[in-house]
Amino acid sequence: MSKSRISEAFHGKKAFAAYLMAGDPSLEKTRGYILALEAGGADVIEIGIPFSDPIAEGETIQGANLRAFAGGGAGLDGIFGMVKSLRGEVSVPLLFMSYVNPVFNYGYGAFFAKCADCGISGLIFPDLPFEEQGEVSGPMKAHGLDLITLVAPTSGADRIEKIAKSASGYVYLVSSTGVTGVRGEITTDIARMAGEIKKHTDVPVAVGFGIHSPRQAAELSKHADGIIVGSAIVNIIAEQGENTAPALTAYVRSMKAALG
Amino acid sequence: MNIKHGRFGEFGGQYVPETLMSALAELEKAYMYYKYDRLFNEELDYLLNEYAGRPSRLYLAENMTKDLGGARVYLKREDLNHTGSHKINNVLGQALLAKKMGKKRIIAETGAGQHGVAAATAAALLGLECEVFMGKEDTERQALNVYRMRLLGAEIHAVTSGTMTLKDAVNETMREWSGRVSDTHYALGSVMGPHPFPAIVRDFQRVISREARAQILAKEQRLPAAVVACVGGGSNSIGAFHHFTEDGGVRLIGCEAAGKGLETGLHAASVAKGRVGIFHGMKSYFCQDEAGQISPVYSISAGLDYPGIGPEHAMLHATGRAEYVSVTDDEAVDAFYYLSRTEGIIPAIESAHAVAYAVKLAPTLERDENIIICLSGRGDKDVAAIARYRGEDIHE
Repeated sequence: MSKSRISEAFHGKKAFAAYLMAGDPSLEKTRGYILALEAGGADVIEIGIPFSDPIAEGETIQGANLRAFAGGGAGLDGIFGMVKSLRGEVSVPLLFMSYVNPVFNYGYGAFFAKCADCGISGLIFPDLPFEEQGEVSGPMKAHGLDLITLVAPTSGADRIEKIAKSASGYVYLVSSTGVTGVRGEITTDIARMAGEIKKHTDVPVAVGFGIHSPRQAAELSKHADGIIVGSAIVNIIAEQGENTAPALTAYVRSMKAALG
Repeated sequence: MNIKHGRFGEFGGQYVPETLMSALAELEKAYMYYKYDRLFNEELDYLLNEYAGRPSRLYLAENMTKDLGGARVYLKREDLNHTGSHKINNVLGQALLAKKMGKKRIIAETGAGQHGVAAATAAALLGLECEVFMGKEDTERQALNVYRMRLLGAEIHAVTSGTMTLKDAVNETMREWSGRVSDTHYALGSVMGPHPFPAIVRDFQRVISREARAQILAKEQRLPAAVVACVGGGSNSIGAFHHFTEDGGVRLIGCEAAGKGLETGLHAASVAKGRVGIFHGMKSYFCQDEAGQISPVYSISAGLDYPGIGPEHAMLHATGRAEYVSVTDDEAVDAFYYLSRTEGIIPAIESAHAVAYAVKLAPTLERDENIIICLSGRGDKDVAAIARYRGEDIHE
């Protein structure tokens, strides 16, 4: 098996994975923001696909979903087109993060073929735990896509072993119970959990959920191979208006500096 | 009707965030133990009989039978249970289970408030904290039930996300649970959501058909030609169908809410108009748009106002064992009046959907046949809304 482009992005450094919602507030803007995130040094970019009922999201990303629907940029074919148009301009790996129903509805085979065609390297499904991944893993592998799996603070050692052993791309270590959103404190023992995962796999471990400050980035990256930031980026997009692109670049730069 | 890996045929499963998987595993393990525990079952039977008032009557609706001129019509009187609906069967079971699991707190979603009231009742009885999530729209439509839950000691959260109705209340309860799983049990109100909920709720509701089957055999010395029940998520109907599923000659008929009509787009008919999808932890039939986004749904009945159907129903539909028909608001309201005037029984507007279909079915059958309608709840809660529907300006 050839080395995963996504895993490669963690090579020799602490990686910064940035999340934003496709179509928030328009696909044209999203396209520009992806370029701005890469300019700031993002190593991996996760592109959210809007869903009507995002049960794992806090208010910030729920708001991004609503703006994407309101802006009319929530359709899958439009999103595929936007991603494809980035080819040649973006060199970091791009992922989709989607609730499973829009993908199931599109047809797994057809959806993954489109992903491969437009240059997507992997997918994250927040509502597809290990036990249910059988229905996507075959067709994803056939199209060379990594399935990013999540480990939560509530995952026991036996689950962590199963999840880690089948991991590809990176393992998404969820820092806290509950939904996505900026948190002041992360109380989970990340060092212990990352260590538990690493017993069973060489795939990099990235920590996400609640991370927003350079201080947190510096602290958490001691124990993991990278961090994932979503809500803090979505907040910038929601609040900065015309200044969003430079603000995103500056924010990622500050976080990357903290990662060292 | 056994399940394998949490599936009913291709339907069901556990499509939830990883954070909830350990809680589902813990729940499944505890349930598989207590399901066969003699003491647990004795305690539950005691509560169902002494507290909730079981067994519920199987009542021969003679006036209705005479008026319709066909099969003899029986009503399974779940409306006479404590709190006024079948929902108490499930919450007593789940609250007792939560207590055995050492949980201090139950959380629940509710649409019209029937399940929320039942959950708050069981929590008050068993000394558990209770928080209920209810769409803001529904808290306004059902202000009396909100106060009733508070009276029982529950805390109510008005959900302002999405369409502010039942599906959003489920979303918010799942979000809450993922943030606090260790001391909290999610007392899900219907045969839906991720495994093991569809099986647990089915098991706690099947008392309906266990009683009804024995009662009809005692009264009629034969099985019914049909069992008719309304279907939102599908808990009273699964409960009413369960012990008849092996009786091949008994038609099982689920009545979905057709709202203002299937062609208007304003309905909650997941089987008639939905497609297979994955949502709220399960693979089943859902009302969704061409892009797989869950559709806003509509019914006069807040209890049927849900865009999906439980996975066991999906299987019963796919295999053809059960039939699913649609009943409009107008038909349900007519049946609401009809049963009130014919039998002196005011049905819940949910249950009136089943009555409406039975009114059409009974005359097509022979006089020596019989049918059972699951009268899942009483209609006191609906009186003001039905009056307004008929143009009278009455508020609670």
